[in-house]
Amino acid sequence: MTDTLVVQNLRKTIGKKEIIKGLSFSLREGEVFGFLGPNGAGKTTTIRMLVGLIKPTSGRVSICGYDLQRQFADAIRHVGCIVENPELYPYLSGWENLEHFARMLPSFSKERLQEVVHLVGLQHRIHDRVRTYSLGMRQRLGIAQALLGQPKVLILDEPTNGLDPVGIREMREFIRLLAEKEKLSVLVSSHLLSEIQLMCDRVAIMAKGEIIRIDDVETLLKEQARVYWKVDSLERAKAILKEQTTVLGEMDGRMVTFYEANQLAAWNEKLVQAGIRVSEIQPKLPTLEDLFIELTGGETID
Amino acid sequence: MINLVYNEMLKIVRKKRLFIISAIIAVLVGLFTYAQYKHVQDVQKRLGTTDWRTQLQQQIIDTQNRLNSSGISEEWRKFLKIRLQQQQYYLDHNINPSAPGAPTFMRMFVENSIELFLPLMVMVVVADLVSSEASGGTMKLLLTRPVKRWKILLSKYIAMGVSISFIMLALVVLSYAISGAVFGYGGWNLPLLTGFTVQGEELNTANVHLIPQWKYLLIELGLASFVAIVVGTLTFMLSVIMRSTAAVMGIMLAALISGAILSNMVSSWESAKYLFMVNLRLTDYISGAAPPIAGMTLGFSIGVLAVWGLVALIVSFFVFITRDVY
Repeated sequence: MTDTLVVQNLRKTIGKKEIIKGLSFSLREGEVFGFLGPNGAGKTTTIRMLVGLIKPTSGRVSICGYDLQRQFADAIRHVGCIVENPELYPYLSGWENLEHFARMLPSFSKERLQEVVHLVGLQHRIHDRVRTYSLGMRQRLGIAQALLGQPKVLILDEPTNGLDPVGIREMREFIRLLAEKEKLSVLVSSHLLSEIQLMCDRVAIMAKGEIIRIDDVETLLKEQARVYWKVDSLERAKAILKEQTTVLGEMDGRMVTFYEANQLAAWNEKLVQAGIRVSEIQPKLPTLEDLFIELTGGETID
Repeated sequence: MINLVYNEMLKIVRKKRLFIISAIIAVLVGLFTYAQYKHVQDVQKRLGTTDWRTQLQQQIIDTQNRLNSSGISEEWRKFLKIRLQQQQYYLDHNINPSAPGAPTFMRMFVENSIELFLPLMVMVVVADLVSSEASGGTMKLLLTRPVKRWKILLSKYIAMGVSISFIMLALVVLSYAISGAVFGYGGWNLPLLTGFTVQGEELNTANVHLIPQWKYLLIELGLASFVAIVVGTLTFMLSVIMRSTAAVMGIMLAALISGAILSNMVSSWESAKYLFMVNLRLTDYISGAAPPIAGMTLGFSIGVLAVWGLVALIVSFFVFITRDVY
């Protein structure tokens, strides 16, 4: 797998305050990369630096081998992006908006325009003014606009913001499709943890301008998985399982331990042999929410 | 680059800016034509319709008498001779000097709109050229294309130039067509006096000569276009710096109006002549009206405006290229 977008030690200082404190990460071809953090963690600022809207104080961004600072046009040609809301010209039609942005590319064809319109499923309303579009349609048009130049990297800032549940699911499927079929690298930022969990292959967790952790979503989740045991005698059960694993505590009258799939049956056997009645064994995958709070220590933004 | 300029022109046209400007000019020209028509009628009523010929003849005789009398300076004599030439031309070509044709109306319209009306029209187009992209959020899309920032701004500046050309053209065509319907379309060769210079308190008439009206008009339109471009560039700079179109409009309006007021009262505050807004009445130098502050000449005013425009242009590009977009 090749890296399409590489970020090295990116920093941004505004006034005396360091807002982004040395980020490094890279995007692989065909993966959806999540950017997770609470509001104010510096997600949007980072994304703006990735697309050249904000100049980093130090550090490097390279896209498909081109340095964003020194070879701006070559680098940005491989990027499609929506930064925050997809704001387009409301007094032009969807088609005219696309034409407008296509004219800014080194070359474009009517066929490519038609293609992206079909890809986002806007063909019925494309000649209406954008003023009359719903938010979901604007979001689609925004994506169409980002895909015009056949980018290698797609950067979407809060792509499901303001969409209804059906729209959110469609968007999710669409993003997965782009990554899997078209082999795009997609960077998605969100403060909605469930979103990232459903959509992304890897995730970077960000707080206060720093990346706390980058890992596969699955690994992260597995690490934090728990098992909830419902037994008739908590004290005795704890004593027995302490010899096998770490007992993390109790919750709602249930004992909590780590989740180890191949050990579960053995542990249960031990309990039963000791005469403890086990009425429930419930493995529970943590939500990223739990994870996030654990990793950041439930920090608030200051 | 052509594609970029096309984009910008498309946006200006689709926002109906040029249409609105044409409509405003058409309405105003209609209004002024009617006012002028009333005025001419009034004059004719006072003097009698057939009388203007005798009146002119009387004036010519007066001038000749004055020329023959001794004790007038050489300069004054020369000036009177030119006046005589002009009056003779009116008489020979059967032109009533108080009843203007369309070119005369156009000339007056340009002279009177150069300070406030024309800059105002330019502002309508230019004020939101950049600021609307910032406030509408489309700036983010515009700047994430494989096009360098200076090219994007240059395309907008060129679009501004094209729009100003359109405004000038609309001004000429509409004022000629509409006023001509009332006053007739002739009068291109009417001789007009120019070449006045002001020295101290006195009007120096040493270089006064006659030029045909079409030449006179061409000079005035050239000066008006220059003023429009300078005012456009200043508005352009504010539009780059500020997100709010209303703020851009407000500041430019305040500057222009203060210029009109200052022109009437700053004669003793000499350094005010370096402000751009008291230098806008370039056509006054051609027709020989006294400048608001002693020592101002056509060259000086053009110089001051050029410096303001150039600085504004440099600031616009510098800010646009280096700014972080949030």
